[in-house]
Amino acid sequence: MTDKRMTAEQVVSELRSGMTIGIGGWGSRRKPMSLVRAILRSDLDDLTIVSYGGPDVGLLLAAGKVRRLVYGFVSLDSIPLEPHFRAARQAGAIEAVEYDEGMLYLGLYAAACRLPFLPTRVGLGSDVLRINPLLRTVRSPYDDEELVAVPALRLDAALVHLHRADVHGNALCLGPDPYFDDLYCAAADRAYVSCERIVPTEELAPAASVLIRRHQVRGVVPAAHGAHFTSCEPDYPRDEQFQREYAAAAATPERWVDFHRRYLDTDEAGYQRAVADRDQQLEVAR
Amino acid sequence: MTAPTRAEVCVVACAEAWRGDGEILASPIGLVPTVGARLARATFSPDLLLTDGEASLGVGTWPVGESPAQVEGVLPFRQIFELIWSGRRHVMMGPGQIDRYGNVNISAIGDFHRPKVALLGVRGAPGNTVSHPCSYWVPRHSRRIFVERVDLVCGIGYDRAAAAGPSASRYHQLRRVVSNLGVFDFPGPDHRMRLVSVHPGATVDQIREATGFDLQVGADVPQTRLPTPAELRLIRTVIDPAGHRDAEVPR
Repeated sequence: MTDKRMTAEQVVSELRSGMTIGIGGWGSRRKPMSLVRAILRSDLDDLTIVSYGGPDVGLLLAAGKVRRLVYGFVSLDSIPLEPHFRAARQAGAIEAVEYDEGMLYLGLYAAACRLPFLPTRVGLGSDVLRINPLLRTVRSPYDDEELVAVPALRLDAALVHLHRADVHGNALCLGPDPYFDDLYCAAADRAYVSCERIVPTEELAPAASVLIRRHQVRGVVPAAHGAHFTSCEPDYPRDEQFQREYAAAAATPERWVDFHRRYLDTDEAGYQRAVADRDQQLEVAR
Repeated sequence: MTAPTRAEVCVVACAEAWRGDGEILASPIGLVPTVGARLARATFSPDLLLTDGEASLGVGTWPVGESPAQVEGVLPFRQIFELIWSGRRHVMMGPGQIDRYGNVNISAIGDFHRPKVALLGVRGAPGNTVSHPCSYWVPRHSRRIFVERVDLVCGIGYDRAAAAGPSASRYHQLRRVVSNLGVFDFPGPDHRMRLVSVHPGATVDQIREATGFDLQVGADVPQTRLPTPAELRLIRTVIDPAGHRDAEVPR
C-alpha cells in the first residue's frame, strides 16, 4: 500500500492559485492550522475557500489569499466574531457566498454523491436567495413542494486535521464531533489529512471512529499541535489565551505586523517554538 | 429570599417558551436562555433534551459554565441538522434586528455586500425558521433591534413565510420573543407582534418608546409572572450560582 506521508510544503506545492479549497473543522475547533500556515507562506492567491469558518478563514483573509468565501459563519466561538472576517466584509474585500450552515452540508454532500444539487426547504423566504442570485428552486415531482436546489460544492482540494492517521490515509477521530471532515474529503478531488500523530494501522481504534478512509486521501501530514490555537480535544483544548492575543492583534495594522513577525514570519517549527517560548514567558511571569 | 431580579424574571420568561414541548431538543443561545432551558427541564418540561454546548447531551441539571456530570449520548453537528429538519427542536436565538412579523437579521447591518457592521453570518437561522419552532431573546430592548425593516432576512417572519409558499410556511412557527422589558408573540391571522406581558418595573410606554414599529397592545397588559420560590432557589443555587445572568441583564 502507498505511503502517503507528505510535508505541508509538498501539499501546498500541489495547490494552485484560483482553486476551490475546503477546510474542515468548525469555528475555532480542530482546524488544519499548520496547513493553513503553510498556505500563508506560499504565493497562492485568488482562492475560493469553503469553510465553517474560524481563524483559518481569518488568517487567509488577512494575508489577502481569498477572492471568494463560501460560509455559514466565521467565528472564534469564545470570541463571537472573527476580527479579520469582520474587517474584510466591511471593506467589501471579498466575494461573500453566505449560506445557511445546513446548506453548506448539503452542498458538500451533493458533491460527494456526484449530484448537481440537493433539495431542501432551507433558505426559502430568506435573503440567502437574494444575496446569492445564482441559487435556484426546484419543484418536487411528487407533490406541491417548491424547494431550494443547493448546488454541489465540488472542491479542488480539502484540508482537514485529525487525531491519528496511518501512512496510507486512514484517519481516526477521537474528539466529540467529527464535524464534516469526511464530507470535505469526499467532496474533493484531492484530500490532505494532517494529524497529531502517525500510528500503525492496527492502532487505529476503535475502528468505528475511523472517520476517513485511505481511498479518499492523497496526502498525510504529521503535524503535532497542528490545530493550534484551535481546539483538538481530547489531545488539547483551544489555547484561549493565544486566541485572545490573536484577536487583539487583529484590531490594528501595527499590532498585526508585530503578531505576524513574532509567529508567522517563520516555518511551522518556528511557529511552534514561538508559541512554546511565549508559554514559558507567561509561566515565568506567573 | 430576596425579591426576584429582572434577570430572574427574564430567565423564567425564557423557560416558559419550552413549556409543553415534550421530548424535543431545546437549543438556547445566550446565557439567560440557557439558564431558562435548564430551569424548564428541572421543573415543568422534564422530557427536554439539552446539549452541553458541544456535542454531548447532558443528564440532570448542571451550572452554566460547567459540564454535565452525566451524559445520555452525543449529538454531533451533522445529526443536529438532521434533527432540525425533522422538526424536533425549539431554538431561542438572539437577533441583531427583528421586525413586527418576526423577520430576524443576524448577519450584516447595512448593505450585505459592504456592511456597515458585519455580524456572524446567517448561521442556521434560515433552516431553523422553516423547520421547527423558534423563539428569540433580546437582552437590551431598543429601536436599534426592534426595527421597522431588517436589513437582511436570515430567520424568516410570518409575512415572508406566507409569501414564499407552503414549503416555507408548513413548519414555520415563531413562539415568543423575550426581551429585558417584556414578552411578545405573533397571534391572529396577520401575525403582527403583540405585547403579551410587561416585566415588573417596566411599563407599556417604555416598551413602545423602545420599539421601532407599532406593537399590538391590548387594553390590559398583564405583568410577566414572577419566579416561584422553588424556581428562584434552582436559579440561584444550582443553575447560575455565580450570577452570570446579571451581566446579561443588569440589576
